[in-house]
Amino acid sequence: MTNSIGELEKDATGIFVIGSNTTENHPVIGMKIKKNVLKNGAKLIVADPRRTDLADLADVYMAHLPGTDVALVNGMMNVIINEGLADKEFIANCTEGYEAMAEVVAKYTPEYVEKITTVPAQDIRKAARIYAEAEAAAICYAMGLTQHSTGTDNVKSVCNLAMLTGNIGRPGTGVDPLRGQNNVQGACDMGGLPVTYPAYQAVTNDAVREKFEKAWGVSLSPNNGLTLTDTINKAYEGQMKALVVIGENPMMSDPDLHHVEEALEKLDFLVVQDIFLTETAKYADVVLPGATFAEKDGTFSNTERRVQRVRKAIDPVGGARPDWQIICDLATRMGYPMQYNSPEEIFEEMKALTPSYAGMSYARLEGRGLQWPCPNADHPGTPFLHKDGKFSRGKGAFSAIEFKEPRENPDEEYPLILTTGRSLFHYHTGTMTRRSSALDAHKPEAELEINPALAAKMGIQNGEKVKLSTRRGSLEIKANVTDILAENVVFMTFHYHEAAANWLTNADSLDPVAKIPEYKVCAARLDKI
Amino acid sequence: MVTLTVNGKQIQAPKGSTILEACRLNGIEVPTLCYDPDLRLAGSCRMCLVEVKGRPLFLASCVAPAENGMVVETESTDIVEARRVVLELLAARHDFNCQTCEKNGDCKFQDYCYQYGVKESRFTDGGRHVYPIDDPNPFIERDYNKCVMCTRCVRACEDITNARAINVENRGHKAKIATAFDGDLADSPCVFCGQCVMVCPVGALTSKVSAGKGRAYEVEKVVTTCTYCGTGCTLELNVKDNKVVGVTSNRSEEYSPVNKGALCVKGRFGWDFIHSSDRLTTPLIKENGEFREASWDEALDLVATRLQAIKEDSGPDSMAVFTSARITNEENYLAQKFTRAVLGTNNVDHCARL
Repeated sequence: MTNSIGELEKDATGIFVIGSNTTENHPVIGMKIKKNVLKNGAKLIVADPRRTDLADLADVYMAHLPGTDVALVNGMMNVIINEGLADKEFIANCTEGYEAMAEVVAKYTPEYVEKITTVPAQDIRKAARIYAEAEAAAICYAMGLTQHSTGTDNVKSVCNLAMLTGNIGRPGTGVDPLRGQNNVQGACDMGGLPVTYPAYQAVTNDAVREKFEKAWGVSLSPNNGLTLTDTINKAYEGQMKALVVIGENPMMSDPDLHHVEEALEKLDFLVVQDIFLTETAKYADVVLPGATFAEKDGTFSNTERRVQRVRKAIDPVGGARPDWQIICDLATRMGYPMQYNSPEEIFEEMKALTPSYAGMSYARLEGRGLQWPCPNADHPGTPFLHKDGKFSRGKGAFSAIEFKEPRENPDEEYPLILTTGRSLFHYHTGTMTRRSSALDAHKPEAELEINPALAAKMGIQNGEKVKLSTRRGSLEIKANVTDILAENVVFMTFHYHEAAANWLTNADSLDPVAKIPEYKVCAARLDKI
Repeated sequence: MVTLTVNGKQIQAPKGSTILEACRLNGIEVPTLCYDPDLRLAGSCRMCLVEVKGRPLFLASCVAPAENGMVVETESTDIVEARRVVLELLAARHDFNCQTCEKNGDCKFQDYCYQYGVKESRFTDGGRHVYPIDDPNPFIERDYNKCVMCTRCVRACEDITNARAINVENRGHKAKIATAFDGDLADSPCVFCGQCVMVCPVGALTSKVSAGKGRAYEVEKVVTTCTYCGTGCTLELNVKDNKVVGVTSNRSEEYSPVNKGALCVKGRFGWDFIHSSDRLTTPLIKENGEFREASWDEALDLVATRLQAIKEDSGPDSMAVFTSARITNEENYLAQKFTRAVLGTNNVDHCARL
C-alpha cells in the first residue's frame, strides 16, 4: 500500500474498491471502510463482478464483466478529462506521459465502455465524478485486479487514475493493494523474488551484486531467475531437476493442477518443508516438519509495510523445527556454514543489506512496529509514500493502455466465465483453516455460485451437485444459487482439495510481465448430473 | 481544563470529559459494566453512579459531563448502597454458575458482587429467565442466562464490525439480546468476528473453541501477529501447559496499531490447527513410493547430498526454491540467501501471484 490502513477509516473521503472482496478477505480493513462510510459519510465506489458486502453499501456499484478492468478505468478517466475534473497542477508538476495516455483514453467514452463491461454509462460517469471530486480518494484492490493476463495493465490503469486526480502522496489517498497473506509483503521485501535481492535491489545490477558477494563471501549469479509459474513450466519440460518448497502448496494453489502434477513428477528431487503433509508434500522425496507462527520468533511485514514482531508462544510441536533452523542446517551441511543464535541475529544481518529496513531493530519494533522505508535508527518510519507528489523514479509515469480481452473467452462449448477466489471462513489452500475445527465445521464443503436465471434454465436446485468443466478438466461441486453474480459468470473458491478449483484453471494464460495466472477468467461449462 | 473535587481531592481533566473519564485520568477507579472507551456511550448499567453535591439524583458518571467546581463522591455510604441495589437488580437475571463458567476469574460482575458483598438478589420473585443455550454455530456460545444487558456486544457489532447482527429485543425485565426475529447467528448478518466476545464483561458470550481448555488466570498471553491475511492484526495467543488454548485481543493502540483489538473469525477462532493431530512431527523419507519416518540427521544429510550432486551434475539453474509468504522475514531472508549463495541460482520465488 502507498498509504496506511488507518487512513481508510478516517482520512479518505472517497474510496474506490476494485477487485477486492474486502470484508471477506481482509475483514478488519473491511470493517474500517464500512465504518468510514456509515459513520463519516465517506463515498464508496465498488467495481466487482460479484455483488460483495461492500457493493451493497456503495454509492455506485459497477458489476463489470470479469477481465474488463482496463476499459472500465479508462472510461472513468475519459469522463474525468472531458468534464475538467483532472488535477492539472499535479499532472504538470509531478507526472509525465499524460498526452499519450489521454490520447488512448479519448475513445473510451462511457457508452463505448458500457458495451465492453456491461456497466451502464451513467454509473461510469457517476463513479468518475465521485472519485475525482473527493477531497482525498483512495483506491483499494486485491487479486480481482491482478489475477488476469492483463494484470500489470490493470494495476497501471488504477495508478493512472490516481495520478490524473492528484490522489497520491497525502493521507487518505493512494493506491492500496491489499495483500492476501500474512507475510507476502515481507517475502517480497526480503528478496524472495527471482530478480531482486532484499529491498528490491536488482540481481542484474553489478554494484548491488558485489555488495551481496562481499557480505555473503561467495560469487553470485548475474542472471535473473525463474518465477514460480515459469519454474513449474520448466519442470514440466523436464529441465528442472530439484525443487525445495517451503510453506507453499502448488498442488492446490497453482494453475492447472494436471500440469503441476506432471511437473512435480518429472523432478529428480523434491523437498517439502511444511507443517502438514500438504497435497504438494505427497509428491516429495523428503518432507521436513516446520514450525507454525506460534512456535518461533521473528517478524512479519503487513500490507501497509508495517514490520511487526512475531513471538514464540510454545515450543515446536513434536520434533518440528523452526524453518530458519532447518535452512541453516541444510546450508551448513552443503559446505556453507550458517550459524545464528536467534532470529534477531538474522534480522541484524539482513538490515545491513536492506536500506528500507536499515533503521529497524527488535527493540524499536516493540509496540507499534515500523513502516518502511525506515533508513536510519532515528527515522520514524513512513505511513504514506510519494509525499508532495515526489515519486521514487522522479516524476510519476502515466501509461497509455488499451483494453485487451482475457486470454480464454466463453464460446459455444464453454459458454460461462469461471472466476475463483476466497471466502471469509477459509484461507488460501485450506492447509490451516481446513484443520481449524470451528472454521471447517462451519464451511465444510466447496460451493459453486450460480445465478438464479442460469439455475432455472438448467433446472438446477440450490444445494444440488453439478458438474463444472473447463478445457483442463471437470469436477463435481454443490450449487449455491445466488443473484450476486451475472448469468454468464460462475464463482468458486480454491480452498477445498475435494473440489480444487485449480484443476480447472489455465496455466497458459499468464500476464506477460508479472507471470500471474488469469484466475479471474476462464471459459467453463456447467452440466446437470 | 475543568477542575473538580472528587472524594475531597481536587482534580483536573480536559474540557468535555465525563466525570468517569476525569476520575480514571486521575487514578480514581469507578466500577463500570456497560462503559467501553471504544464504543458509543450507553449509560445503562448504573454501576458508575456517583453523588454530586447539589444534584437531587445520583449521576451515571460515564455519561455526565465533568464541570468546573463540581463536588463528587464516588464511594459514599449512599453510593455503595445504591451500587448494591444495582448489582442485585442485575443479579436477578444472572445465573450464578461461576464454578463452570469460562469467565470465572475474569468477570467484572463476579468481581463487583464480591467487592460489594452481593450473594443473591432480592428481586427474583418471578424466578430467573431460563433461556435455551442452543445456537448451533461452532464459534460463539450464547448463554443469555448470564447476560447483564450492558449492550456492549450490540455496540461492538455496530461500532467496530458494522455488521449490526444483534440488538435488544423486548423491554424491561423481558429485554434480551437477539438477532432479528431472535434466530441463530448463522441466519443473521453476523460474520463471527467475536468482537462481542471480546467486549462481554460476563460469561454470556464465550468462545466455543476455547471452552474447557483453561481460565484467564491459568493462561499466559503472548502478543503476536496473526498468521492469516496481510492486514497484520495483533492478537494474543493464550498459552497453558505449552499449548495454545485460545486467542484474545490486545486493545491498546500502542500494542495493536492496526486493529486495536478487532479480529476476524479466522484470527479469533481459527487457531487450533496448531495442535491438529495431522501436524508433521518428524522428517519423512520416501522409499518405494511410501513415506517412512526418519531422524533429522538422516533427512538433512540426504537432502544436502542430493542437492549437492544435482548442482554438480546439472548446474545451479536446474534447481529452484519456493520460499513462503507464511514464514517470517528472517526465514525468507535465509531462504533467498540459501538459494543464491549455496545453490548458486536466482530461481527463488513464492506465492505472491497466487
